[in-house]
Amino acid sequence: MVKVEGLDKLLAEHPFFDGMDDASRKTLAGCARNECFDVGDMIAKEGQPAERFYFIRSGSVALEFHTPGQDGLIIETLHDGDVFGWSWMVPPYEWSYDIRVTELTRVTSLEATCLRKKLKKDNALGFELYSRFMPVIAKRLYSARQQLTDMYAKK
Amino acid sequence: MSAKAKTDPMVPELMSISVRRKELADTFTIELDPGKAGFEFLPGQFNMLYAFGVGEVPISISGDPAEPESLVHTIRDVGAVTNALSKMKKGDQVGVRGPFGSCWPVGEAEGSDVVIVAGGIGLAPLRPAIDHILTNRSKYGRFVILYGARSPEDILYMNQLQKWRGRLDTYVDVTVDHAGRDWAGNVGVVTRLIGRANFDPRHTKVMICGPEIMMRFTIKELNQIGVSKEDIYVSMERNMKCAIGHCGHCQFGGHFVCKDGPVFSYARIESLLQVRGL
Repeated sequence: MVKVEGLDKLLAEHPFFDGMDDASRKTLAGCARNECFDVGDMIAKEGQPAERFYFIRSGSVALEFHTPGQDGLIIETLHDGDVFGWSWMVPPYEWSYDIRVTELTRVTSLEATCLRKKLKKDNALGFELYSRFMPVIAKRLYSARQQLTDMYAKK
Repeated sequence: MSAKAKTDPMVPELMSISVRRKELADTFTIELDPGKAGFEFLPGQFNMLYAFGVGEVPISISGDPAEPESLVHTIRDVGAVTNALSKMKKGDQVGVRGPFGSCWPVGEAEGSDVVIVAGGIGLAPLRPAIDHILTNRSKYGRFVILYGARSPEDILYMNQLQKWRGRLDTYVDVTVDHAGRDWAGNVGVVTRLIGRANFDPRHTKVMICGPEIMMRFTIKELNQIGVSKEDIYVSMERNMKCAIGHCGHCQFGGHFVCKDGPVFSYARIESLLQVRGL
């Protein structure tokens, strides 16, 4: 049986949860799972239901766009302390890209349906969680826009 | 520290190409023979290279300042003069004026952590500073080299980056903007490497060289983690012609990039970088 208390401690160690009160974190831990992936594992594939989202404790993953007839094109790599999989927040709750493991990776994941139910009942917790996601999303969007500038190209 | 042009700064000195090496599809390195006297320079300084019959172009020196017997330039083929230089072979002669300009603050940085942030061919002007720091490694704190390129095929000095990474006293992190699955390294912008480089932002000198937009993104990130403007240095690129501050082609606000730069403290030019079109 999964020990919720242990998962709460794992969540507390991740920077995403810095400063979150114990009660909120324990509520979230009720939807959490501790997971480990080997190199080459596909955690998610584009178009699949986004049933979980992930907090990397150690390791790295590649976000890839699938290209028919070719290997995936890596658009970003994520590492210790990063978060991925916010498609769980946006209908139709499907992954927008593939997630491939590039080194042994330990994550804590939260189950989306469980979480959505809890957040519907507890709006304050929902606000808390969304407030933490927004800076992550904004930073990732800013990075993506920097990549779009193709700044190292010959000009 | 000082290193100035030895003779009349407007008269080029003839030097032969002793080595020519292809680095990337559009980038090559030439090593020039400066003769017995050698060629002293400071990390960050540049020369004016003259391809006879075509023209002159400012190119940063990218060799080791501790090895004055060889004058090294890494050049990207982007215009008429660099294209002419790209076609030259071993034994061909080039006109050289220099060295000119300011240098990276390798002296002031002693005792501090040092962070090098380079983008694309911007690693070339920083290599002399890296060589100097590695030669005098015990004088510096944590040493970090962060490098961003367009793709794995565009990574400059790959062998040297691997060598630097192999040292136990140097932290090297490389990223590319996009890659296929055969690339096992980082993908993402170079600014994303800063957060995990683990240096002391209050006791660090940062030296940045790359496209201006990349330097702006990098400075923003550094400011956010607490690196002061006075501790950030950038190498500016403008249209340098005379290289001695007379012609005005490289005027940047109240500065001449050829004479007052190319290396500037960010605190000194911050307001100018906000001026659109300057």
